[in-house]
Amino acid sequence: MGDTTNAQPLLQVENLRVEFPTRRGTLVAVDDISFHIDEGEVLGVVGESGAGKSLTGAAIIGLLEPPGRVASGQIIFDGARIDNIGYEKIRRLRGNQIAMIFQDPLTSLNPLITVGRQLTETIRTHVSVDERAARERAIELLNEVGIPAAERRVDQYPHQFSGGMRQRVVIALALAANPRLIIADEPTTALDVSIQAQIITLLKRLCKEHGTAVMLVTHDMGVIAETADRVAVMYAGRIVEVGPVQDVIRHAQHPYTHGLMNSIPVVRHDVEQLKQIDGAMPRLTDIPSGCAFNPRCPKVFEYCRDARPELVDVGATRAACWLYDDTRRAGDTT
Amino acid sequence: MLTYIVRRLLQSVLVLIAVGFIAFSLFSYVGDPINNMVGVEATDAEREWARKTLGLDDPFPVQFARFAAKAVQGDFGQSYRLSIPVATAIGERLPATLELVFVAAVMALLIGVPLGVYTGLHRDGAISRILLTISLIGISLPTFLIGILLIMVFSVWLGWLPSFGRGATVDLWGWESNLVSWEGFKSIILPAVTLCLFQLTLLMRLVRAEMLEVLRTDYIKFARARGLTNRAVNFGHALKNTLVPVITITGLQIGSLIAFAIITETVFQWPGMGLLFLQAIQFVDIPVMAAYLCLVAFIFVVINLIVDILYYAIDPRLRLDGSGHAH
Repeated sequence: MGDTTNAQPLLQVENLRVEFPTRRGTLVAVDDISFHIDEGEVLGVVGESGAGKSLTGAAIIGLLEPPGRVASGQIIFDGARIDNIGYEKIRRLRGNQIAMIFQDPLTSLNPLITVGRQLTETIRTHVSVDERAARERAIELLNEVGIPAAERRVDQYPHQFSGGMRQRVVIALALAANPRLIIADEPTTALDVSIQAQIITLLKRLCKEHGTAVMLVTHDMGVIAETADRVAVMYAGRIVEVGPVQDVIRHAQHPYTHGLMNSIPVVRHDVEQLKQIDGAMPRLTDIPSGCAFNPRCPKVFEYCRDARPELVDVGATRAACWLYDDTRRAGDTT
Repeated sequence: MLTYIVRRLLQSVLVLIAVGFIAFSLFSYVGDPINNMVGVEATDAEREWARKTLGLDDPFPVQFARFAAKAVQGDFGQSYRLSIPVATAIGERLPATLELVFVAAVMALLIGVPLGVYTGLHRDGAISRILLTISLIGISLPTFLIGILLIMVFSVWLGWLPSFGRGATVDLWGWESNLVSWEGFKSIILPAVTLCLFQLTLLMRLVRAEMLEVLRTDYIKFARARGLTNRAVNFGHALKNTLVPVITITGLQIGSLIAFAIITETVFQWPGMGLLFLQAIQFVDIPVMAAYLCLVAFIFVVINLIVDILYYAIDPRLRLDGSGHAH
């Protein structure tokens, strides 16, 4: 069945709502979402740009940029709430328990500080070791992420590394204090296609070895299929479908997920043109009433415009769609 | 690194030659120097003789070469007004100006940079807003007005600080200094504050703008996401990245401090180069003017060279490509 949680999950997000107060009213960027990530699990979070994926990640680690704020809901990490614990406590969690990897490796590293210094600084923030031990650990980390001649490279500056190498350094930095959860925000989007697979394989291998859970935020369904254990599909600030990755890919229940799957190029089939989902995701300022996807949905019916569907168990996954509510559907067809 | 410095040095020499040329042209085009030297009753023969012995009938390039050769040795001839060698006149005044500029620059840096960092970090804080408002006043009030206001408050009303002159200086191996005794230092406070106020506010606003810019970057976000302390992020990571533009502006501003010093020195009757230069203009004392021009150019060139070397020290990206282009 859908979500069976045996023990306590590593991360539990409950009814999270992220808002941006603006002059023209409050924009709701993440609207009442709940999900969990188990110890050592890879959760893919997929969706178009602006679906609220990255903001969810930023909210978890407490790095929402003002005026963005968590308006309601709870974020529970390892059994304790972390969304209201104050700056110093969340800072101690960052890097140490929960790490984050950003999209662009070219801008993620401080250009004026050597790679080694950035590593030892991070290590020494969380682990009480002296500079020499931290340096040894830094070299070890660089070796681990596959940077050749780490003893020499450790004293170099970021601009002396290529894009792929820099993302390896970023991963080393994220792993520096052995966190239990890594939030990877589009870790391969800015990289060459040939490098993307390397980085994903590396990330997957390292997290498996260290038992690190990953929240993999991406809009690339291919990356999800290769990497994730479960996947959550987001649309306009809501989770529209969540479930084990194979089930979501093979038997997508929500029409939006369906559309996403069809837009993945498949080499075997000789298709002339890729299917695409008509229209664009709504802006935060005018999210349609009812199901936010209704203007683009091929299977839309009357009730979809009236009320917003909640996640319900559908086969092996959970989907938020009125198609699976027989009474609503029946009511509509008659 | 070495080729970079050598190239910069060569450029500096070119600049100095150009300025020297302009300074030299003053002699030829601002009046006839012979007229300034000989009496009204001098005969034409005497004028001709003077012209010949002084070498003023030589071709232009020869004269310029002679001027340049002497200038390099610090010999700019005699001041028309003071009837002493220009080098001596400037040598007497230089310490006063350099000390004033030094104190003003140090104050501007020590106060302006921290205030800039503070207002950058606490963008919407009440104190930041107050500081920014005050800084607008600092940037828009003219130097002479600030000087006179300060004199009124601290010398006339409160009577704490002297209103003019260098007061008690201490002779350090021929360098008259205001900095080694409290009595001497009291005299330099008001002029230095007056001189630094504009630079201080400029630096503060520059550092603030740069901080705001840098704090938005990915590497700062990533540093925060790694759990580094605010202190490490703000000072270790952010401030360092604001330094390149700050150093550029500071370098240029030290040059203009020397220029602005003319007004401040006049207001406070500070016996520095600025005052000397102003008097030289009034008396068309061309040797002094030429020497001042060359000296200021020289100071600018030296500062720029230091700035370029500092870029190198701060930004590792410049060290690789060898060209070291930083402007």
